[in-house]
Amino acid sequence: MRRLGKSTLEFDRPPSVLSHGAVGGKKEAEGPLGSQFDQTFGDTTLQKDSWEKAEAQLQREAVSIALNKAGLKPEEVDFILAGDLLNQCISSTFGLMDFQIPFLGQYGACSTMAQTLLMASILVESGAAGKALAVTSSHFCSAERQFRLPLEYGGQRSPTAQWTATAAGCVLVGVGGRIKVRKGLAGRVQDLGVTDPANMGAAMAPGAAHSIFQFLEDTHTRPEDYDGIFTGDLGLVGSRLLYQCLDANGVDLRPVHQDCGLLLYHRERQDVHGGGSGCGCSAGVLCGHLLRRMEKGELKNILFCATGALMSPTSQQQGLAIPGICHVVQLTAK
Amino acid sequence: MKLFSKEEYKRRVELASPPTTVGKNCLLAFLSGGTICTLGQVLCNLYQRLGLELPQARAGVSISLIFLSALLTALGLYDKLAKHAGAGTLVPITGFANSMVSPALEFKSEGFVTGLGAKLFTVAGPVLVYGVTASVVYGLILFGLSLL
Repeated sequence: MRRLGKSTLEFDRPPSVLSHGAVGGKKEAEGPLGSQFDQTFGDTTLQKDSWEKAEAQLQREAVSIALNKAGLKPEEVDFILAGDLLNQCISSTFGLMDFQIPFLGQYGACSTMAQTLLMASILVESGAAGKALAVTSSHFCSAERQFRLPLEYGGQRSPTAQWTATAAGCVLVGVGGRIKVRKGLAGRVQDLGVTDPANMGAAMAPGAAHSIFQFLEDTHTRPEDYDGIFTGDLGLVGSRLLYQCLDANGVDLRPVHQDCGLLLYHRERQDVHGGGSGCGCSAGVLCGHLLRRMEKGELKNILFCATGALMSPTSQQQGLAIPGICHVVQLTAK
Repeated sequence: MKLFSKEEYKRRVELASPPTTVGKNCLLAFLSGGTICTLGQVLCNLYQRLGLELPQARAGVSISLIFLSALLTALGLYDKLAKHAGAGTLVPITGFANSMVSPALEFKSEGFVTGLGAKLFTVAGPVLVYGVTASVVYGLILFGLSLL
């Protein structure tokens, strides 16, 4: 692999997607992409006695599906890179420990799918791994109780608030698949002073703009060169602000841009206000929808740009602004 | 690349964000809050007719509304109601009951001591702390004035 421009990595022997798995909850099943998940659960407790255990089970299911599709046993995989939103990434550790695959925990908030996919690709290209799994999840109920208020608390959501997806996605990276990971870029943390946790799209948009602009500059490409540029979970407000940030730099993203947070739900009918969010949002859309479309030949060259809001309940309470990040992965299909 | 200044971005965030429907929220809060208060008055009259003195009847109203609120919270209906009612269900005593019962339900998975016991006041705690403090200050001022 080699470096292009300031921040982009180009793979000389591009790693590829060998298989993928996506699981979702009830609301995701009722959304426009419901039928594209490998499995959905009408009971979002997944018959577990806590939301955290339910989320861990989502990751377990996603990995099992990806392994089954590839016809592999866990011991044939060299690394698993996983993360989630919960403190100390417990969904990942508790969900995945039974596979006994060498585990590297990752935290990128909602950008985790792109982060783990990029890291897995680097491990495969470098020869450190023959096969590596990139996994992430989120669960509406476990995220609400950690970051916001109890589920049964009678409050009103702001019109800009986003809905944390109950979903998990898993990509198995190796060599020899049809969908290749061509390039990648690890984002820089950006903070333009947004403090409102009910407007995370606004907090993440500058990070997304910065990473996408840098990637286009490093690779000497324009938005029209791609079949689609998919951001993670900017939602309605964040997407508007992303366009404005890029417009100011002479880049018009509108013709090719879509946001996973706006693809996952019927925004108004399902009452998700600003759109979807959470690690599972971009992971579910990538593994359930985008990779399927690439396999069918509907998309040939895309940028997957998962976005993350890197705050914690403590930083929020101390009044710090919400830093945003975005990692970019270029995927191509023959 | 050039990003906006924080001031410029703040302005753009405000413009890009859909506004809160203040008028509709106020109307719904007025109607739902008014309904709860009317229910309280109906209960108060009923308890008096059943033979309670006014102070006891008022206590009975509080107990009844708190019970109803707790029951609806436990049945998972209160948050659905409050989504539309907003301040209408938050401001009366029903909101206080919901703010105690919802963390109790939520955090029982962390045990009765470290979960339910410790987290019971996460929402209502600040209201109690500053409510009691304010009433003490008010009492002292009133006492001071009575000495003049």
